[in-house]
Parts: sequence; C-alpha cells; structure tokens
Amino acid sequence: MSASGPRLQPTLFELSKPGRGSDKVPHPPADALDRLPAEHRREHPAGLPEVNEPEAVRHYVNLSQMNHAVDTGFYPLGSCTMKWNPKVNEWAARQPGFAQLHPLAPDAIAQGTLQLLWELEQILIEISGMRAVTLQPAAGAHGELTGILMIREYHRSRGDMERTDVLVPDSAHGTNPATATMAGLRTITIKAAPNGRTDLEAFRAALGPHTAAVMITNPSTMGLFESEVGELLEAVHAAGALAYMDGANLNAILGRFKPGEAGFDVMHINTHKTFSTPHGGGGPGAGPVAVGEKLEPFLPAPRVLREADGSFRLERVGERPTSIGRMRSFVGSTGVLVRAYAYLRTHGASGLAEITDDAVLAANYLKQRLADSGAYDIPFPGVCKHEFIASATSIKKKTGVRTLDIAKRLLDHGFHAPTVYFPLTVDEAMLIEPTETESIETLDAFADALVAIAREAESDPEIVRTAPHSAPVKRLDEAGAARNPNLRWRPAVGDWTPCPD
Amino acid sequence: MVPPDLRYTKDHEWVRVEGDTATIGVTDFAASQLGDVVFVDLPAVGKAVEQFATFGVVESVKAVSDLYAPVAGEVVEVNADLGSKPELVNSDPFGDGWMIRVKVGDAGQLGELLDAAAYEKLTAEA
Amino acid sequence: MAYGPHTPADRQRMLAALRMDSVDQLFADIPERLRSSPLRLDPPEPEQLLMRRLGGLASRNRVDLAAFLGAGAYRHFSPPMVDQILLRGEWYTAYTPYQPEVSQGTLQSIYEYESLIAELVGLDVVSASHYDGAAATAEAALMTCRATGRGHVLVSRAVHPHYREVLRTYFHGAGLQLEEIPLVADGPRGGTTDLAELERRLADADSPVAGVVVAQPNFYGLLEPMREASNLAHAAGALFVAVVEPVSLAVLAPPGAYGADIAAGEGQALGIPAQYGGPYLGILACTEQLVRQIPGRLVGMTTDVDGKRAYVMTLQAREQHIRREKAASNICTNQTLLALAASVWLASLGPHGLRDVAALGAARAAELEAALASVGVARVHAGAYLNEFAVRVPNAPAVHRELLDRGVLAGLVLAEAVPDEPGLADALLVCATEVTTGDDIANFAREIGEVLNDQARSEPAVGSPKAEPSSAGARPEVATA
Repeated sequence: MSASGPRLQPTLFELSKPGRGSDKVPHPPADALDRLPAEHRREHPAGLPEVNEPEAVRHYVNLSQMNHAVDTGFYPLGSCTMKWNPKVNEWAARQPGFAQLHPLAPDAIAQGTLQLLWELEQILIEISGMRAVTLQPAAGAHGELTGILMIREYHRSRGDMERTDVLVPDSAHGTNPATATMAGLRTITIKAAPNGRTDLEAFRAALGPHTAAVMITNPSTMGLFESEVGELLEAVHAAGALAYMDGANLNAILGRFKPGEAGFDVMHINTHKTFSTPHGGGGPGAGPVAVGEKLEPFLPAPRVLREADGSFRLERVGERPTSIGRMRSFVGSTGVLVRAYAYLRTHGASGLAEITDDAVLAANYLKQRLADSGAYDIPFPGVCKHEFIASATSIKKKTGVRTLDIAKRLLDHGFHAPTVYFPLTVDEAMLIEPTETESIETLDAFADALVAIAREAESDPEIVRTAPHSAPVKRLDEAGAARNPNLRWRPAVGDWTPCPD
Repeated sequence: MVPPDLRYTKDHEWVRVEGDTATIGVTDFAASQLGDVVFVDLPAVGKAVEQFATFGVVESVKAVSDLYAPVAGEVVEVNADLGSKPELVNSDPFGDGWMIRVKVGDAGQLGELLDAAAYEKLTAEA
Repeated sequence: MAYGPHTPADRQRMLAALRMDSVDQLFADIPERLRSSPLRLDPPEPEQLLMRRLGGLASRNRVDLAAFLGAGAYRHFSPPMVDQILLRGEWYTAYTPYQPEVSQGTLQSIYEYESLIAELVGLDVVSASHYDGAAATAEAALMTCRATGRGHVLVSRAVHPHYREVLRTYFHGAGLQLEEIPLVADGPRGGTTDLAELERRLADADSPVAGVVVAQPNFYGLLEPMREASNLAHAAGALFVAVVEPVSLAVLAPPGAYGADIAAGEGQALGIPAQYGGPYLGILACTEQLVRQIPGRLVGMTTDVDGKRAYVMTLQAREQHIRREKAASNICTNQTLLALAASVWLASLGPHGLRDVAALGAARAAELEAALASVGVARVHAGAYLNEFAVRVPNAPAVHRELLDRGVLAGLVLAEAVPDEPGLADALLVCATEVTTGDDIANFAREIGEVLNDQARSEPAVGSPKAEPSSAGARPEVATA
C-alpha cells in the first residue's frame, strides 16, 4: 500500500486528452500507406486513449496497489496452491535468449530452449510416474481436454466407438464435466461416500462398456487422499475404460504417490499451482499432460525429440499420424515453462518431497487449530492432505452469518478469503490450503482471525454481514452488473486529432 | 405459505390453470435458492413443451437452473417484462414474475403435481 | 529449503499440536502398495548455479540474427515502461479476481483491455482472454454452431495452418464438421480465399453452414475481400468470423466495419515478446447479440453499496464453475497478465504511436519487396499486403539454411509449413516491422542474391531431383555490391 493508500482511478479513456502522448516510435514516411487499396483502409480511427508516460505509469501503479497479491499477503485458497512465486523465475523468463526466440525459429538456433523443454518433460515424467509428456496445453482445463481427446482417440483406434461416457465424482471441479462436453462425451456424476471419498461401489456399478474414462482428483477436492484409488483403477481398467487424474492437488503427493505408477493412464499438471508459476490475475498458466504407454502415440504434435547426437528437434508436420493434432499454435507457453523448469531445478528431489511434507503438515496444523477452537464445523476431522474443509453451517444456524460474510470479513484482516462454496457438495464450505511457503506466524494469525470473526458473528453480526469495510470498495452490485452488463467504455464520438505528420 | 390454489412440481415450478390456459413460474423457494435472478431464457410463442421436460433456463449471479414444465402444451404467451426486469422473479414469483402461458394439452396431467400442502412439506424437509 | 519458512522448531510445534512425532504419520492413508518409488531427480540447485545453468541454455539460442520471420508471431518495439509495470508483484502474483473488493486493480485493467480491443475490432463484447489466437478462433467457430444450431463451419485455407489444425482437433472432438475453402490459384486475387467456391459451398443444401472463418491479413500477408465474404456468409444464414492481427487494425478496416459477427486473433503482436510460442493472448470479440454465447471471463462496470464505481466479473453463469457440463467452454485460467501487457503497451504508444508502428512496418515491407526484387526475388502473389508477403525462391529450404549460416533468418519456408498448399513448394514468407532496419534489408538482399547466384552456377544436371521446372521463376542476375 502506498503512503496515501489505494485510490480509485478513472479509466485510461478519461485520462486521455488529444495531443497528450509520448513519441515512442519514429514517424513513418507520409506515403507509407498509399499503396493500400481504399476499401481496406480504416475509415474511422480507433478511439484509443492518448496518455503520456507519467500518466500511464501512475495509472497502472495506483491500480496495482488496489490488488491483494501473493507478494502482499496470504491466499488460503483451496485447490489453487497459492505458493510463493520465486523472483529468479522472472529473471529466467526474461533472458533475451529465451524471450526473443521466435516460435518458428529453425531447430538449429533454438537448441537452448529445446533442451530446456526436453529436460522439463523428463522431470515431469519422473514426478508423475508416467512415460511421456506434452507441454503444449496452456492451462489445466486445456490439459484436461487434451487428455480426454486422447482417450477418445485411443478407444476409436481400437474400433471401440460406443464409449461415450465420462464418470466424475460430484465434488469434481467444474472444468471436468465441461471438458467431457467439449470432447463430445456425456458426463455421469457419481455421488461421494459419506466419508467424503469416492464411492467405490457406486463407481463399479456405473462402469461399463459405454465408459470412456473416469476423471479423478487425488487427493480429492475435499483434501482427502483416495485410499481406495488402487481398487478403483482396477475396476476402471477391467471395464475397458481409462483413468484420468486431475493433477490440481499434486502439491500434496510429490514424492509420496506417482499417479502413473499407481495405474492412472493420463494426468494434467498445473504449473501455476504446484510449480509456482505466477497467476497473473487470472493467467497465464500451463497444463502439461503426462501419459502412460497406451496414450503415448496420441500426444499432440509436435513433440520435442532428442537425436542420437544429443541435439534436439521438433517433430515435423505429419511425422506422427496417430497424434490427435494440435491443441494450440506453436509449441507451448514456453515463457511459463521456463519458470516451472527453474523452480523444479531449484528444488530437486529432496526439495519437492519437503514441499509436500510441509504443505500437508501446515494444512493439518491449521485444521487442528480451528477444530480446537470449536468455532467452525470440520466435516472431515481425520488426517487431511494439503487442504481441508471448514464449514459455517453451525454459525449460520445460530447467527445467520454465512461463509460469504466470513470471507468478506477476512479481507478486513488483510487475508484473502479461502475458496468458498466449493466443493458444491458441502454446505457453507470453506476450502483452506495454506501451502508450504506460509510461516507458522501467518498460519496462527489466520486461525486467530477466523476465530475472532466467528465470535463477531455472535456479538456483532452486522459488521460481518456488511464486510469488507477497509477495502478500496465495499460489496458490489453483482446483480445489476449481470442484468445490465456494461462491458466496455464508450468514448464520445468525434474525439480524435489527426496524426501530426 | 404458498398460494393454495396452485399446483407444484418437485423442481419448484408452480402452475395456475384458468380454463385451458396454464400460467407457469417458479416458487419463492426457488427464487431464494437462486439469489438475485439476472436472466430468464424462455421459449418462443408457438413452441411445444412437454410435461417435466425443460422449457427454459433461469440464471442468477451465482447459479443456473433448468426450468421444467409442470404440464404439456403450446406456448401462447411469454412474460416480456422479464427481459428488462428479471428481478420480478425474486420480488413477485407468483404474480408479475410469471414466465410462460401454455394452452394445456391434457388437463389430467395436473393430477401428477403436488398440491400446496405437499409442496410445503417438500420445502420444509429441504 | 528454497522458499519454505519452516525451521525444525516450527515443524516440531506443528507436529506437537497434532500429537504426532513424524510427518510420515500424515501419509498413513496412502496404502503401502500405492506408495511411490523415491523421486530420481538431480539435487537442488542454489540460485547462483541455477542462473548460470539458465544463462547457458539461453545462450544456446540465437536471437541476434536479422529476422524477417512473422507467420503469426511478430517482433515489435516495447517501451521499457511496459515491462517495469508488469514486474510489479501486485500485478503478476495476484489471483483471479473472485473477491472483487481486493482485486479492483486487476478488474479495472481487464475492463480497460476489453474496451481497448472493442475499439480496435469495432465489436462491443470482448472476452477477458483465451489461450492464443488458435484457441480463440476455435472458440469462435464453436460459437457459430451454438448460435445457429448448425454443425458445419467453413474455414479459408489462408487462415494460419496452426489455427486450422486446432480447429480440426476441437471439431473432431465435438463431432462437428469442418470444411476448408480453397484459395484462388493465380492472377490478381491469387493467394486469397476463392469467393466463388465459398458461395458454392454455402449453397450446398445438405449441410447448412453455421460460420465462415477468414483471416485479415491472411497467412500469406494478403488482404482479403472481407466485406464480400461477410455478405456471402450472412446471405446463407451463417455467421462471419474474422481472424485479425491487432496491430494492423490501426490502419485496416476492422471487423465491425465489414459486418463480422465475431473476431478472433492473436494479441502477441501487442508488444508481447515471442518467447518461443507463449504465453500469448487469444483475442475474442463479438456483437452484443452473441454475448451469452461468448466463452471466457467478462468484466463489467458496476457500483458498490456506497455508490462508488467498481468492476466485477459478470455473467459468470456462462462459465464452467457454474454451468459445468452445460458450459460453452471449459476455460478457467486464461491469459490475464498478457491482456494487461497488451493494454499497457497500447497506453504507452497511444493511437498515433500504434498507427506509426503499422505504417512503419508497411514502409519497411515495401522497401524489402523492392530490395529483393532488385536481386531477382519476386513476390509469389500480386495482391495488396500490409507488411508480410511470400517470395519465389528456388530450392527455398536449402537457401533458407544457407542464409541462416550467413546470419539472416529469411522468413518461413512455406514448403515445410503448408506442405499441402499447391504452388508454394519454393517460396519463403517474409515480414518486416518497425524494428526492421534499412541495413537489415540491404544485407538480406545482398546475401540472398549471392546465395542464389552460387546456386545458379552450381545448378545440377537436368533430370536430377533438385532441378525444379519453370515454376522456379527467372534465373537471378548477378548481384552487384
């Protein structure tokens, strides 16, 4: 926060004034565009704002100071793994050799990046216990689509055209069923067992000749390790289906559980969760996908190959006809992958195992602190993995204060709220994931804040229900925003000065 | 208390029959579960709807829900006010928040619906 | 440990609170037979050594060459203020703005991005971003199917080959039909979408078309008859999707001007570095009528309870976390930071600066055309272009390799990029932008002139596989220094 505190800003358009602007590039010759036929020329210039550098920089600096960020404080967001974003990663991605390399550069001048990508694949193969990796997908959901499309192609390549269903637990992240639909498959939702884990018998009953795949998150979105996953995978394969693992919760199992070894056929990895690449306010991420033997022929093209002489190249167009094709332009979100590579090299085997141990220890500690306080319901009080669920059901019954209100009041304490109302299957849920990079002092302060708010819910419910009070803005009219969407600034017509030359 | 003269589905739609025309909407229970309604997607006049099949979608800020027809029939009127004032579903779900009117195909279908008492029992248990 | 704060004492305290003595007890729920083998990876690397390793890898890439390569990723000047803003932790380490009260920075910047792109493309609804131009184009094509209830899309063969491949992958998955429209073979419209063919396929009664997808400029740098294509699409009840290059929109007619319903494109050209492929910026925009069909996040303006102006993600019921299997797309994480990067770049240049960038590129490209022509290297096509075009080069792959050794990245070998496009076996796709210098151009012309002369002198005997027939074009003259 700056000395004067976060200030609301007008839009860039309102800061704009004709003639205001900096000379960043030389002027072109006056006739530069004369050869363009008139029917292709832009008739009315785009109404972009004219601001000079000081105005622009102040605008963006002041805006930034209204954001909570990992660099400013704690995000206990379950399923998001908001761990520290290392600064050396930013240095790495900005090295000109990496940053300026054109994606269609001939292999001969891209050996550094190709080597990095190949090594990254090997590291991810080891972590996942799988056989091969694609680094193409630009996000976890993109990876999910990649994996499910490969599974679909696998079945079709064996003449198995009737496999049209994907089984997912009811606690699944919304991307899972949405992915199935994009792949032309039907989602069948299986209710969890009362202990929060997948219901093995229900899955067994639903598996059949129409099942293409199951999509399992392990640990589940409740933060619980699926102890019967071995039996589940056996049942899946016995039914002729394949098993997809949503790797969002990989932070809980590094060095302890390798999905490929256990029998999963494919999984995606979220580098912006487990491997520290920064969230950027919503993206970018990257969603590498690791596969076992069955799916290797179907990986997206082009793959990164290592030649006998130790050099690297990309597969040529059409070199592997079994591939499902491209999921995106070019090779991948390489800038994100450089960051993940730096992170993985920083940690090595022992570092990764330590990450998981500390993440799981911190989550259980925090759960214990809340359980001991008696202030919240803990629906699954046994050992959790890297995240756990707390619920405000009792608080709501007693005081009318809901999880939403508690989340907003946490903002006044300088903490971002945890994930709320997810998974959908738990009432008034808060999914809390501390990660391994928060100090015990922060964990204690967070627990104290939650307990204090629970007490406030009884003594002064109004202050909780109308929180936040110290953020740059208060609760928003979201209904109005959806009923009458204002999705763009509308500048006044005719505001334009001719170009000086 | 829900209006006693209406019939209800277990998915929280209500229907009021006058002659051979049925007016259909969602109950106050549904509206409060949804939160602030922001958009209602309704069929065009002339479309045929089937009993217990979806005839539209209601959207709130944080949820979306299919709408199921209590009775089959042909859509004869659609509440045009919901386009500019979807909040009527929250403020007056049994009145101005009505959604569609259909010409009823088979009046006997009403017998398969819940009466007010049965619907009250359903929502009390929820 | 690198970033973890826990001391042994901290860990002890946490274990004590759990009444445990070893963290292994927290993993007892993993059945014995599922416990993994130990991780076999290199040991941890201290930062100093890591930086040395990374520096070594980066130096094995060559980025110092005079580069004339575009083909979907373009080098532009980025004022230093842009990256300095992007390095602020409040921007790049922030999460998705699900708690809007503490995310007004991110939310307002997305709203401004939506507004900036809306101005550029001439369409009112802009999503907060997609993965890249290819994914955005695929989503646009899927939108046309949802909006019309039809399942058949026509895409011009002059749309970027990667984009067409991605369309194929997505459409195959969704069980929809994708058909390619061929290009005019030669003459003044050679290399652009064949409108007569388009009209014929639209009239094909057995499969009503949902959407028509054409790029402007197209992959070969040529300007397409967008207004005519748009009219043909609409006459058949189909929607028109324009695939656009955002810098060109400073000077070219935007999608809104020629009646496009949807615009998709790659925002990398808005000052985002090439980075060997990403992260890039998928631009997707549409008319207001299609707002409920557009996938991805949307940010809108609203007020808070005190009446203060504020921003919030809106119309979220379209998205996967609410609509689940009925969502239009599974997209969750997007490319927000790149949308910010593009916005800051546009703010730093302003409308005049952006126009200058586009016009300078056009001027440099004209110089490049002339310089190459002077050594006998002529354009493949005759139509108008902005800053990218294809040239006829005998034995293009070999020439390209030779030029690389001489320090020139001579564009893209089309035979490798689009092997199934007729008539481009010996052609290079070259590009110039405002960062291309006169020296770069002169050097390129001189080098290619020499290479082609050497090649002509050592031409193999007639009948051998390397001898190309007359499509190779005129023998280049000896270049004078």
